[in-house]
Amino acid sequence: MSASALFDLPGPKARMRYRIYAVVGAALIVGAIAYVIYRFIDAGQFDAQVWEWIQYEQIQTDLLTALGRTLTAFAAAAVLSLIFGAIFAAGRLSDHAIFRVPSMVIVELFRAIPAVILMFIFHYGIQLGDPFNSVVAALTLYNGSVLAEVFRAGILSLPRGQSEAAYAVGMRKTQVMMLVLLPQALRAMLPAIISQLVVVLKDTALGFLITYEELLYYARLLGGVAQFGRPLIPLTIVVAAMYIVMCLLLSWLANYLSKRERKSKKHIEPEGKGPVGEDTTFAGAPAGATL
Amino acid sequence: MNVLLENVDLFLNGFGNTIKLFLISGVLCLILGVILAMMRVSPVPVFRAFGTVYVTVVRNTPLTLVFFFFAFAFPLLEIIDRNDYDFFIAAVIALTLYTAAFVCEVVRSGINTVAVGQIEASRALGLTFGQLLSSVVLPQATRSVVPPMVSTMVALLKNTTIAAGFSVAEAGAIRDSLSEDGYNVMTGLLWVAFFFVVLVVPLTLLQRSLEKRWSVAR
Repeated sequence: MSASALFDLPGPKARMRYRIYAVVGAALIVGAIAYVIYRFIDAGQFDAQVWEWIQYEQIQTDLLTALGRTLTAFAAAAVLSLIFGAIFAAGRLSDHAIFRVPSMVIVELFRAIPAVILMFIFHYGIQLGDPFNSVVAALTLYNGSVLAEVFRAGILSLPRGQSEAAYAVGMRKTQVMMLVLLPQALRAMLPAIISQLVVVLKDTALGFLITYEELLYYARLLGGVAQFGRPLIPLTIVVAAMYIVMCLLLSWLANYLSKRERKSKKHIEPEGKGPVGEDTTFAGAPAGATL
Repeated sequence: MNVLLENVDLFLNGFGNTIKLFLISGVLCLILGVILAMMRVSPVPVFRAFGTVYVTVVRNTPLTLVFFFFAFAFPLLEIIDRNDYDFFIAAVIALTLYTAAFVCEVVRSGINTVAVGQIEASRALGLTFGQLLSSVVLPQATRSVVPPMVSTMVALLKNTTIAAGFSVAEAGAIRDSLSEDGYNVMTGLLWVAFFFVVLVVPLTLLQRSLEKRWSVAR
């Protein structure tokens, strides 16, 4: 349904009314933004002094290093959670209860525990040492479990004829899974998988809470330097812009892939919705509909 | 077991605050999220644009960063008197603003599931946009909105733990007090994790059963 089905084409009266709403609405929104900017200026957050830090080469390098740490944690956690997800999705789909039941328990368990608590357990409980390890471990377990559900839903959503045909030509269970089901499921689930990777990227910021030296940690550090007038707000703006750009790039990739997938000749219309993973929304909202 | 029994107050207080945080920001973000969703489908382009920009920006910002802003940077703006500023309120604001973007998307995709005929019929009857949404579209959208909304709320419940990093004494902060008093942190954390499982699993089961029972209808 297009949004326009919700209202008629406006006639002269309605156009007038919409125009009034638009002006009032725009005035309110602009007013609110202007007020915030005024407060920024009033609090001296747009003074030249608090933005000075950005010119220092050392700080630029440090900021990039911090960004690099964020991305390293993201890359490690992303790869590991994809592997974790694939293994446990296969486990949950296994014919043997010995594999199925423990996989189910583990996946459900790690989806129910907040990532922060997992990080605390690894960092303060098990004491993995370097906060990096704890960040990656926690993100892997949490997002891996969500991804396991995504993979499983993808495999279950394939038409049954696919696996029946594969068995009919004499393939073994592993072959059916590896050669027929998984490749198709991966294609169909790619947007959902990438959305989950956006979550991984965003969640690396949780490392801040266990003193992993990523972007936020560096922002907090630099934000307290009196020499630059404690530029917390400028730093928050810059860091937020970095995160938003990175996530938007990933979301854009997800959108692009889902569009290309729909056009592709290999596209298979999934049979209804499989049991959908709790944090995952499909087709309708490909880009980061997850929390 | 001792860690739990000797610190019953601490655990009760922590989870009490977690649930308080969850309920308050849950209600607030539902209200804000529905308003945003109505903006996103409204006939006035300015509102649509605002809704879209809000959702895009907020969904792509880490929640920790939102917390960071409201805990450290926002007080510097002195919009609210710094002495009245409370970290609990900061946490409620951060969670509300963040989760509202997700609530908005859930509601909006719910609106999209309502049959076009329903909408056209109400328009033919001469209902205004407000009447159309409130008495025809949203009641019908509820069916497809509730199951994903429960997931969003589960995520909100889990996200409240981030507040622990910003001086709110909720479940995530139990570790701090335990380690100060010299208790075994690991055991304490495992109990915290256990209680979260106890809180989250019923909600997940509710969501699954709602999804199964209600998805057949249309």
